[in-house]
Amino acid sequence: MKEREEVKTAATSNGKIDQIIDKYQGDSSALIQVLLEIQSEHHWLPKEALDKVSKKLEVPLNQIQHVATFYKAFSLVPRGRHEIQVCMGTACHIRGAPRILDRVQDLLGIHPGETGLDLKFSLETVNCLGCCALGPVMVVDGKYHGKTVPAKVEGVLKNYD
Amino acid sequence: MPRINSPAELEELRKGILSKRDPDKPCITLCSGTACHASGSEDVAASIEEEIKKQGLSGKVDFRKTGCHGFCEKGPIVVIHPEKTCYLQIEPKDVPEIISQTIKGKKVVERLLYTDPSTNEKIIHESEIPFYKNQERLVFGSNGKIDPKSIDDYLALGGYSALAKVLSQMTPEQVLEEVKKSNLRGRGGGGFPAGRKWEECRNAPGEIRYVIVNADEGDPGAYMDRSLLEGNPHSVLEGLTIGAYAIGSHEGYIYVRQEYPLAVENVGIAIEQAQEYGFLGENIFGSGFDFTVKVHRGAGAFVSGESSALMTAIEGRVGEPRPKYIHTAIKGVRDRPSCLNNVETWATVPLIISKGADWFAQLGTEGSKGTKIFSLVGKVNNTGLVEVPMGITLRDIIYKLGGGIPGGKKFKAVQTGGPSGGCIPEEQLDMKVDFDELAKAGSMMGSGGMIVMDEDTCMVDVARYFLDFLSDESCGKCVPCREGIRQMLKILTNISKGKGKEGDIELLEELSQVTRDASLCALGRTAANPVLSTIRYFRDEYEAHIKEKRCPAYVCKALISYYIDPEKCQACMICLRQCPAQAIAGGKSQIHVIDQEKCTKCGTCFEACPPRFGAVKKISGEPVPPPIPEEARVIARKSKENE
Repeated sequence: MKEREEVKTAATSNGKIDQIIDKYQGDSSALIQVLLEIQSEHHWLPKEALDKVSKKLEVPLNQIQHVATFYKAFSLVPRGRHEIQVCMGTACHIRGAPRILDRVQDLLGIHPGETGLDLKFSLETVNCLGCCALGPVMVVDGKYHGKTVPAKVEGVLKNYD
Repeated sequence: MPRINSPAELEELRKGILSKRDPDKPCITLCSGTACHASGSEDVAASIEEEIKKQGLSGKVDFRKTGCHGFCEKGPIVVIHPEKTCYLQIEPKDVPEIISQTIKGKKVVERLLYTDPSTNEKIIHESEIPFYKNQERLVFGSNGKIDPKSIDDYLALGGYSALAKVLSQMTPEQVLEEVKKSNLRGRGGGGFPAGRKWEECRNAPGEIRYVIVNADEGDPGAYMDRSLLEGNPHSVLEGLTIGAYAIGSHEGYIYVRQEYPLAVENVGIAIEQAQEYGFLGENIFGSGFDFTVKVHRGAGAFVSGESSALMTAIEGRVGEPRPKYIHTAIKGVRDRPSCLNNVETWATVPLIISKGADWFAQLGTEGSKGTKIFSLVGKVNNTGLVEVPMGITLRDIIYKLGGGIPGGKKFKAVQTGGPSGGCIPEEQLDMKVDFDELAKAGSMMGSGGMIVMDEDTCMVDVARYFLDFLSDESCGKCVPCREGIRQMLKILTNISKGKGKEGDIELLEELSQVTRDASLCALGRTAANPVLSTIRYFRDEYEAHIKEKRCPAYVCKALISYYIDPEKCQACMICLRQCPAQAIAGGKSQIHVIDQEKCTKCGTCFEACPPRFGAVKKISGEPVPPPIPEEARVIARKSKENE
């Protein structure tokens, strides 16, 4: 829990969020773009940041919540240090992606959309990464692991701490 | 960069660029699209740069990182110019040899060439590889020749001359007529004639109009729009600007998924460069026409690719569709006339202008003109992007370009049109591919995803997969879509778990009908296509699941078991060691047995068992034979000579 508190303070203490909002000059139609930038900066959307966005862009907080929960790119809870994405696109699906996902879930004990309690890994499924030739594909922190089989998953995840 | 104020100055600029380029100077091009990137092209690039320096060739050889070449199966792809020698699946360790042999010694490195699997012949040039030979790469062809981050590369190939022609020689009406005459149909899914949409938008009341590029390519298994935007962003910008001129718009948007970071980056750079040369901004080519473009990143919602939803997303709100009694061409972004086309459609426009509507209209079929890019993926030998003239048969795409099904397996179906499309069986493979024919077969063109399925693919599972996707992506605004998809998914999930009942198929058909008739947007209206088309062509598979609790393709986990044939098991320990669930009992010289209670059915043992033994089997629709008694498990090793 302490770690989560730290993440929170770090997210709001610096002036990054102001900078991001200022870049769009208080244009309320830039809401999604502002949230995307905050998300990519902090890997999640802390409540304090959303309050700030609401005030500066003059968009009601409930509308921001609507957007933040509708789109897949946003997270309202802190994310793990490492991001795992398992591609569930059609091409990966028929080449066995569900078996890869099962294996990752078994190993980490978390489901897609969840983060382990130790904040080590967050697991997501994505609908197509467009590397269908390499399917099934698993991505860890932006590194692609193509033509994966269940037996290889553990070895890949071992390299992260 | 100088500002270009007239078509004559553009021509000067192009000549200037070409005069600085020596066509005989060696140039290494490396595919740096996302798929090759994932296969390690970044490391290859680093070693090419290093090796050029090391071998003392700095300044004597050019190196260009290009967009996607399309043959993703064999990436990373390297092509050496001017000889156009093509090397596939290059790793950093191959680079020193390429530089010393091919660049310095002008010799071909045989082992890195493509080998034709049918004749075992080595093929030197990209254009002679069967995958490329049967394509007609009009829109996609420049990808492999240009560095997407360099506007000069695009200009060298004649870029922006179509825009110059339009602005200096044609009235907006003439441009519109030309596009209408070409009969270009929207490449994003529905196939609506682009010219008619442009005209409707142009004639709609209001001062301000918008033109929009839809790069929210959400169909799983389709990535041609990304490769185009990533690999040749200027062609899209040029097409968009031409469209804006015809429609009378001065503001444009490019709506691109944030999942495509390279596309976002490259199109951003392209816009900046175009502005510097004055191809975007005020008074383009001194014609008095102004046009600016903004990039809007989508935040990950499939339904936001629907035109009305996309437009609300541009306004910064949640991207949900609305009823379209009034077309978005009349009331779109901020209730103003807005013309939306997808990436490929816009990128085709400069070609139509340069080469003429008549040239374009002679390609393709009666109702569908030109070429179309498909992403050929799934269980096919040559995975990648292919651009073919409309009217080619599915069989040609899958067998001539795609090289058939891997591992000698049997073809079962090809799925086109993404989650809104359907599955087409073997007996319809000779169908000519165009918008209308695909619709007749119960599928659709969609944005051009083509997923090949073999005998190991379960059609019930495929239908379930698509509905699972759609139930996740349905925005929930209208009841028929939200509830219809959910109920269909429930039934399909039950069937795949062996809990299907008599009457389920009929119920699915009924639900499909309602969802199709009553949903608000195309997501719901087409959601039933995967279900209906699989029922239409593969009803027997549904029946096997429901009546015999059997999955004929051995896919549905709940209906299959893994079993080690004691007659064939050689007690080699391979599967036993790899089993992640420790469900396999046995030892050296002890026949292995799977504990069915512990087995998670991950299939690792099936893949691990050496093919020459082939002891692990999948069983469905029948009970697993009881494990052989302990005392019978010991096998006496045969001596070496007997083997």
